[in-house]
Amino acid sequence: MPVIVHEEKCTGCKLCVAACPYTVISMQEEKAVLLPGCTYCGACIDTCEFGAITFEDFQGRLCMDVALFKGTHVFIEHDNQTASKVSLELLGKARGLADEFSRQGKDQLVTAILIGYELGDMADELIAYGADHVIVVNDESFKMYRTDIYTKAIVQIAGVKKPEILLFGATAQGRDLAPRIASRLRTGLTADCTALEICKDEGILLQTKPAFGGNMMVTIACPDNRPQMATVRPGVMKKYPRDPDKIGTKEVMKIDLDENDFIIHIRDIMASTKKHVKLEDAEIIVAGGHGVNNQQGLKILETLSDELGAELGASRAAVDEGWIGQDHQIGQTGKTVQPDLYIACGISGSLQHLAGISQSKYIIAINTDRKAPIVSASDVTFIGDLFQIVPVLKDKIREYKKRTD
Amino acid sequence: MNIIVTVKQVPDTHEVKIDPKTGALIREGVPSIINPEDKNAIEEALRLKKSSDDGEVTVLSMGPLQAESTLREALSMGVDRAILVSDRAFAGADTLATSYTLSMAIKKIERYDLILCGSQTIDGETGQVGPQLAEWLDLPQATHAEEINIQGNLVTVKSNFDSVTRVMEMKTPALITVSNRINKPRYKHMNKVLRAYRDKAVVTWSKEDLKLNPIRIGLNGSPTWVRKTFVHSHSRDGIVVEKPAANCAEDILDFILEKALLKL
Repeated sequence: MPVIVHEEKCTGCKLCVAACPYTVISMQEEKAVLLPGCTYCGACIDTCEFGAITFEDFQGRLCMDVALFKGTHVFIEHDNQTASKVSLELLGKARGLADEFSRQGKDQLVTAILIGYELGDMADELIAYGADHVIVVNDESFKMYRTDIYTKAIVQIAGVKKPEILLFGATAQGRDLAPRIASRLRTGLTADCTALEICKDEGILLQTKPAFGGNMMVTIACPDNRPQMATVRPGVMKKYPRDPDKIGTKEVMKIDLDENDFIIHIRDIMASTKKHVKLEDAEIIVAGGHGVNNQQGLKILETLSDELGAELGASRAAVDEGWIGQDHQIGQTGKTVQPDLYIACGISGSLQHLAGISQSKYIIAINTDRKAPIVSASDVTFIGDLFQIVPVLKDKIREYKKRTD
Repeated sequence: MNIIVTVKQVPDTHEVKIDPKTGALIREGVPSIINPEDKNAIEEALRLKKSSDDGEVTVLSMGPLQAESTLREALSMGVDRAILVSDRAFAGADTLATSYTLSMAIKKIERYDLILCGSQTIDGETGQVGPQLAEWLDLPQATHAEEINIQGNLVTVKSNFDSVTRVMEMKTPALITVSNRINKPRYKHMNKVLRAYRDKAVVTWSKEDLKLNPIRIGLNGSPTWVRKTFVHSHSRDGIVVEKPAANCAEDILDFILEKALLKL
């Protein structure tokens, strides 16, 4: 379904030239002319106000020329010094996808998109964590994240490189940025994925995400448009083991910016004054729910948590009651965690909570209700009163630590 | 100050249950509500309108005709007019097709200084329609706003961006998605609800009322397709222990030591 320009209608306004993400429209004698490499994304058709551009023999559904797209690109989030954990997890996942592609007889490179200013040796680190190639945009304008020019930069990179898959972390930044890019590229985007795999028959990306408050999982595909875009939830994918000897290539790209590109101005960035709760990285988490009864109950859990060197978590019930801050909340609407050990105290185990803890290596529950959903979701459930069990457990751990000191 | 608020009718997901036998989602009897963060957006629009000299607040929704009840609820909160964009041809739209269709409705409304959306819906949970709408309309955006201030044609937005708070400034017209922390939506008053039914109309626009490119709407205009849905099993088939508290504590310690989980 090639794109055609109807010369008699073309006024030479150049709107289509600016809209084409793949820069394949040029002006010749004041008429738009298509150069080779058109992907059939249709952005020019949306933009033309004179009906001068159409698809030839359109079959009801837009199908881009998917064969033009290759490789997996990962957008790297960072603080100008180190890449964020989710970005490294995405590189690890992209490596896994590349392996699956090669089993299907397709060679696919993993490319990291690194945008910022004074980036040090971060590009080498990205290679050590699994990137084959790093595209570096190093410019003072990009020192801080800004929706406007970051969108422009990534669209320009995607236009030149035509990646088959383009991944972002499902962070505040990723979820601000990726939808804008997907719209401009006229492609699909799946939010907050918890699983990605390559379909064995069609070679396309199958993207799985929770919906309906964690009550349901949905698998989504983007068969006819490219790149296949997804934001991926932090803490779900596995990092690739760091290999300082891994070989990769680097490429510096310039982004053409003019003053009209700056439409959002950052006036201030303030670090949160609250102590940062690191539930996502915790090896052990002690968490409380409705059964802790009050703020005092959570204090008892905190003494156990301190003894174990663990982090303190909570279910939505406990947070809604105001017993503890929202940054401690675990579950679909809170954080997804993957500790070695999760100790659920007085948590009944709603679906939305279980969705956030299912990747824990071991789950121990302490609960008075044998019929609570947490029981079947745990490796061991102790039926009993947490106010009796937890203090004794804390003392026993302290004694053990003293004995082995 | 003219403000458009986009809203969606959603099933109350807190009421959604799983059939324990079939594992299927039980949607019967689940009430339909205004997406909670869209209510925060309406509240914020009403607040901003009050602090400016004139202008009106319009709520805009895309959905089946039943979604009219959601718009009536918005009218009862005090918004000035409600528009429902509804057509069979829009069915099956993903976020790209939805944001495109909404953008064409907004182009028809023409006069606006600000578009407010909820950060995300509780059914699809994508948070994508806001930014995608901003892109179709070529507007500056701010997501997850916790505070909005307007002076003349300058909007200042404070947003919580994971571990930092960002303060952004942009010129109107702009699009802002709001977090549920921005305000507490007002309760509706019964007499206002009655008045919303008696005195105010919900305008419905179909495909013919908008200048749409047919390649961008409904299922065919949606790059993403749902391949399957399933209920996630969290079962570990673990063991259940019932003993005196001291013995339970002993067992837990043994478990921790056996799996080498204790850091000394």
